[in-house]
Amino acid sequence: MFSASGRGTLYSYVINQRSMPGYEAPYSIAVVELEEGPRMMTNIIGCEQTTEALELDMAVEVTFEQCSDEIALPLFTPAGGAR
Amino acid sequence: MKPGTVAVVGAAETTDMGTITNLSVIGLHADAAINAMADAGLGPGDIDGIATAGVSPTEVAMYLGITPTYVDGTSVGGCSFMLHVRHAAAAINEGLASTILITHGESGRSRVGAGRFGGSSASLGGQFEAPYGPAGPPTMFTIPWLRYAKTYGASERDLANVAVVQREWAGQNPRAKFRDPISVEDVLDATMIATPFTKLMCCLVTDGGGALILTSAERAGEFAAKPVFILGTGESVETPVVSQMADFTSSKAFRVSGAKAFAEAGIAREDVDHLMIYDAFAHLPIYGLEDLEFVGKGEAPGFIADGNTAIGGSLPLNTNGGGLSYMHSGMYGMYALQESVRQLRGTAAAQVDDVEVSVSHGVGGMFGASGTIIFSNAKPS
Repeated sequence: MFSASGRGTLYSYVINQRSMPGYEAPYSIAVVELEEGPRMMTNIIGCEQTTEALELDMAVEVTFEQCSDEIALPLFTPAGGAR
Repeated sequence: MKPGTVAVVGAAETTDMGTITNLSVIGLHADAAINAMADAGLGPGDIDGIATAGVSPTEVAMYLGITPTYVDGTSVGGCSFMLHVRHAAAAINEGLASTILITHGESGRSRVGAGRFGGSSASLGGQFEAPYGPAGPPTMFTIPWLRYAKTYGASERDLANVAVVQREWAGQNPRAKFRDPISVEDVLDATMIATPFTKLMCCLVTDGGGALILTSAERAGEFAAKPVFILGTGESVETPVVSQMADFTSSKAFRVSGAKAFAEAGIAREDVDHLMIYDAFAHLPIYGLEDLEFVGKGEAPGFIADGNTAIGGSLPLNTNGGGLSYMHSGMYGMYALQESVRQLRGTAAAQVDDVEVSVSHGVGGMFGASGTIIFSNAKPS
């Protein structure tokens, strides 16, 4: 067990072009490699959902989406704020 | 197993293929099983082993009137049938049963008597992937590709090439769902599903089934059809969730399964005349060619672009048209096995000349599992 910094890099992804209940297309379904090593699935938000904006190995940082009183979902944005 | 000790003596697909609205899932299993038994000249009373995935082997045995002394319900996704073949070969050699029936049936398109797709919310996928909005395999199986593309300088055109070449094979197969020729541009311009994967880089969703009957090689001469011997087998699993695949440019389950099968068979890659690689999506033959060591890392796109896997090429690949153009019910592995058997019997629609060794390589889940079977129509001495 260790604390994660919330920093990482974009490892790989697709951009779903079909909306799902609760998810409006286009949206990225991404895997981020954390600074500490592990990888996790997530969405990259706060930037255009295009292959131009979503560059592999770009620096990303965590942001939490409050889904309910008990659940906060870790999402990621480009490091240093939205592009 | 010792190479060549077990043979496929019955093999058949469902009578119809594609859209089958008058058969439920169990009906598709039964139709394929009845066809395979007819192919072998056997009845349910001659079968003493049963294996299947998707439905319970209990259900198939009861439905067909089989009393088995060997039962295998291994269910690791679309390659489950490769694992069934492997387990059945070991079981026959061990005397657990003498004549084993492996069945598949899936109402992938019409959903007659079919359950829902997806796992429980308590599973790893339910907890750690579902919250991010994946819409089934097209949005998950495809995630590793961009890492491969960046690592080896590959592009969407390389994915498109896979679909184009397989459509050429499908053009020779009257049972294939899609048969009209397509160009790289057609593939690239098709509806975008999960960038960079367009619709023509994704498999079909159709209905169908298939069944195989295995017995000891010593008995193979008793059957009408040309026997197909099992030379080598492999299987492995890696992860139930694609995000935890160790290397996004290569499947560990592919590598382990493939290496095991080739070691067992004691043959070289150059000895392979025909190859089936489960192609749920267009990147899978690329990973498969490399992870089975037919080509080096990063070389598969060029190998395909140079025509090696196409009609007249050195390594004919997915000659039924594959999941991209022939059919894909959900668990496609059975159809890869069927095409290997047909090629070795000399009865394939797009028959390749002088096939003596064929490899069927399957995937389960999203790079989660793998099974590899090496067949030959010549019994090793």
